[in-house]
Amino acid sequence: MLELLKQPWHWAVAGIIIGLTVPTLLILGNKKFGISSSMRHICAACMPANIPFFKYDWKKEVWNLFFVAGVLIGGFIASTFLSNPEPIQVAQATKERLIEWGIQDFQSLLPTEIFSINSLLTLKGFIFFVVGGFLVGFGARYGGGCTSGHAIMGLSNLQLPSLVATISFMLGGFFSANVILPLLFKLF
Amino acid sequence: MATIQTQDPQIDVRHQDAMCTNESQLKHPWWHNLKYTLVGIIFGITFVKAEIISWYRIQEMFQLTSFHMYGVIGTAVVVGAISVFFIKKTRAKTIYGEPITLDDKKFNKGQIFGGLIFGLGWAITGACPGPLYAQIGAGFGVVFVTLLSAILGTWVYGYFREKLPH
Repeated sequence: MLELLKQPWHWAVAGIIIGLTVPTLLILGNKKFGISSSMRHICAACMPANIPFFKYDWKKEVWNLFFVAGVLIGGFIASTFLSNPEPIQVAQATKERLIEWGIQDFQSLLPTEIFSINSLLTLKGFIFFVVGGFLVGFGARYGGGCTSGHAIMGLSNLQLPSLVATISFMLGGFFSANVILPLLFKLF
Repeated sequence: MATIQTQDPQIDVRHQDAMCTNESQLKHPWWHNLKYTLVGIIFGITFVKAEIISWYRIQEMFQLTSFHMYGVIGTAVVVGAISVFFIKKTRAKTIYGEPITLDDKKFNKGQIFGGLIFGLGWAITGACPGPLYAQIGAGFGVVFVTLLSAILGTWVYGYFREKLPH
């Protein structure tokens, strides 16, 4: 059983578990699945700075912070006790393209060429962590949600604005992955 | 579908662009929130084990070289939609007996502009907000910088919110 759990899980298994998160949160307490809101609550809790958008009683949304803390703990449990010893399988066409871009590490879930402490203080690190993260946080709030709130929760509730947002996420992602990233890797 | 009409400005502020703004009339001790942590743990384990937190999987998705992420999101939406359908049809209540309410979202241009900006970042970091938390838990410590920057991005949005087209 443990051996089975350690292997990479099939997309259908993951899809079912993630899909079931929607009714689980609704039934547990009428909570709408969404993750990026947690970052708004953190702003409201730590640095509201008299900005109207952050002036609310974040403690009423504290369930969301308990939820994302669980996601973090889940990441720890999976990587500590259920870690897959095999290197990650990457689609051949993408692998070839990434090698062209200078990525050589295909062991773990993230390439160490980018996601290591050494690149933190380089221009590469600045773009991948600081600029990338900023775009994710700014865009998610501007768009009113992220993949979980719009693509999963919103689409599950058949919300047209969520479909618009999801299509926008994908368009931005296609452009970034196929136009911006190749340019970035040329820089470094 | 119930739309919440409220006169309380506090709730209205939280309601802006938020995914969750339901007001429970019940007061619970803090540890009742641990049930959400448990759901989060299962969710986080799934994120790691199905390699959704992998930068490579996100590149595959945007290079159209693997079905994996489309399978995950597609299955999740189908399962979620069927669940929501039955919750509405049966007027299911929460475990505390409160009604489950689902609000309609209003369209605004932010969903396009913000969505595009989000997508740009998603392909670079290889992570949307959920995987950011899971990556940190999985031991990729540098991602904490990405999360801090995402929180900063959230804050800057709040600061400039009134000046941005919506």
